[in-house]
Amino acid sequence: MINEKELIALLHTRARATRRRNLRMVHEAGIGHIGGDLSATDILTVLYSAILRVDPEHPDDPGRDRFIMSKGHAAGAYYTTLAHRGFFAEDELQLFMQPLSRLNGHPACHKVPGVEASTGPLGHGLPIAVGAALASRIDGATWRVYVLTGDGELQEGSNWEAAMAASHFGLDNLVLTIDRNGLQLAAPTEETMRLEPLAAKWQAFGWAVREVDGHDLPALLEAYRNVPFQPGRPSCLIAHTHKGQGVSFMSDGPSWHHKVPDAVQLELALAELEEPA
Amino acid sequence: MSDRHDIRDAFARALLELAEQDDRVVALCNDSLSSSKLEMFRERFPDRLINVGIAEQDLVGIAAGLANGGKRPFACGASCFLTGRALEQIKVDLAYSEARVTLCGMSAGVAYGPLGPTHHSIEDLAWLRAISGLTVVVPADEAETAYSVRAAADHPGPVFIRLSRMPLGAVHSPGHVFELGRAGRLREGDDVTLIANGVMVERALEAAEDLAGRGVEARVLNMATLEPIDRQAIASAARETRGIVTIEEHTVHGGLGSAVAEVVVATHPVPMKILGFPGVFAPTGPTSFILEHFGLTASGICGATLELLETDVRLVEVAT
Repeated sequence: MINEKELIALLHTRARATRRRNLRMVHEAGIGHIGGDLSATDILTVLYSAILRVDPEHPDDPGRDRFIMSKGHAAGAYYTTLAHRGFFAEDELQLFMQPLSRLNGHPACHKVPGVEASTGPLGHGLPIAVGAALASRIDGATWRVYVLTGDGELQEGSNWEAAMAASHFGLDNLVLTIDRNGLQLAAPTEETMRLEPLAAKWQAFGWAVREVDGHDLPALLEAYRNVPFQPGRPSCLIAHTHKGQGVSFMSDGPSWHHKVPDAVQLELALAELEEPA
Repeated sequence: MSDRHDIRDAFARALLELAEQDDRVVALCNDSLSSSKLEMFRERFPDRLINVGIAEQDLVGIAAGLANGGKRPFACGASCFLTGRALEQIKVDLAYSEARVTLCGMSAGVAYGPLGPTHHSIEDLAWLRAISGLTVVVPADEAETAYSVRAAADHPGPVFIRLSRMPLGAVHSPGHVFELGRAGRLREGDDVTLIANGVMVERALEAAEDLAGRGVEARVLNMATLEPIDRQAIASAARETRGIVTIEEHTVHGGLGSAVAEVVVATHPVPMKILGFPGVFAPTGPTSFILEHFGLTASGICGATLELLETDVRLVEVAT
């Protein structure tokens, strides 16, 4: 058993390793969504390292926690996290988006172990998460459902249908994290289609809402350890993040939504993400 | 065929029976509790009936999540909304994901006749047939409806069952053996083949009797499973009879007729007639009025079949 300090150190190490591998993968594939990958990396790292009760040896265990990656375009961060967690061999990441690879640009649940839902079109993950949470509750089971959406994604109306349902059914076994990096395809969310006041919207829909720095690993850990935030209500964690987090020249740059780092940029980025001596 | 029934009742009974046997079975609706005939289900299994409100995208997504959680969901809603509103969820969350979810498209076709084209569902089969991995079933009577419910529960992938609300008579004899993906041969005949499904099967059988009176023996196939379609039955009909008439309560663009034609041109081309709604929104009126308006009656089918055979003869004459 490791102590808290060691756990935090481990999370930092894993998050850096995921970012490095993710960057190499996107560079090698020549395609990907690196900006959104890097904004979600810390959230995925905390969930898969310290929160989710999942077993890579038994990815279909009926009693597992479910994690649903609604922002399917961040498949790079997702696949890297799953590989590092042992759901499939890390070597397979070389095949990301290659012909006939099962590592599509967007994850497919019937192909890749550990993937719970096929996503890519936005606004699909939350309704599926509501259904899974209902299944757990009907069975009186203890497994929870975690779902990660982007923020621009919340412009899809299906999310709000599911937001109503989750609170109507009182699904306190459901935890939504919003990767609030403030950017969508090419512009800030607030210029494209305003989401604020975002926390108030979720509160008004009946959710228990908390906000967190989405790159503060201890803070993320603390938030997830305290779900449900309120008994009888679904939990919404608004994680304030930066697109391209971890690489100075990518951070908060809308152009890095799906730009691919060239060899020089890759080396610069990897250097920034080296393990401290 | 004097005894006519709303097949939604057979659906409700079969689902309830299934739920008694398998506690994984859950039912969902989009505020369509009564039109989906789920009142009895709610009474018997209140915890297994999920009403998501008027929200079809959510309905299908939630059903996919329930399947992920080990349930066997039956998601019910008026076919016009269920299919049109949630098409991407049907494609991605169910078909592409190979989710074991059954969709029950209620009051399909022009069952909502007087409510107008917004509530008619005459495009649903074309939309759904184009989605890989989705089994599409259009039962013709009570017995076939009950069978479809059981078959869908056993099927290792998503299934769409299209149900009318028109009272229908039995078209199958009591001992009929149903099989998903297999056309039911309801009448023998070697002159011409009538292929129908759903509410049109009964009318096709009546038309075949009329044709017999005029010396034409029509084979009648009930193509209840539209996808995957019974290619063998179609190819045999093309080889063994002089032509094929398809009859559907659907637009002629992309439904049963198109599906049959795809097989016919690839196996044994013969003259065809595709009867249905001819690429226009149907007028408002009672269901029976609309069907009659477009010739989707026994006499309409009979007339179109005779026309086809005459055309066929002319073609033969030109060829010789």
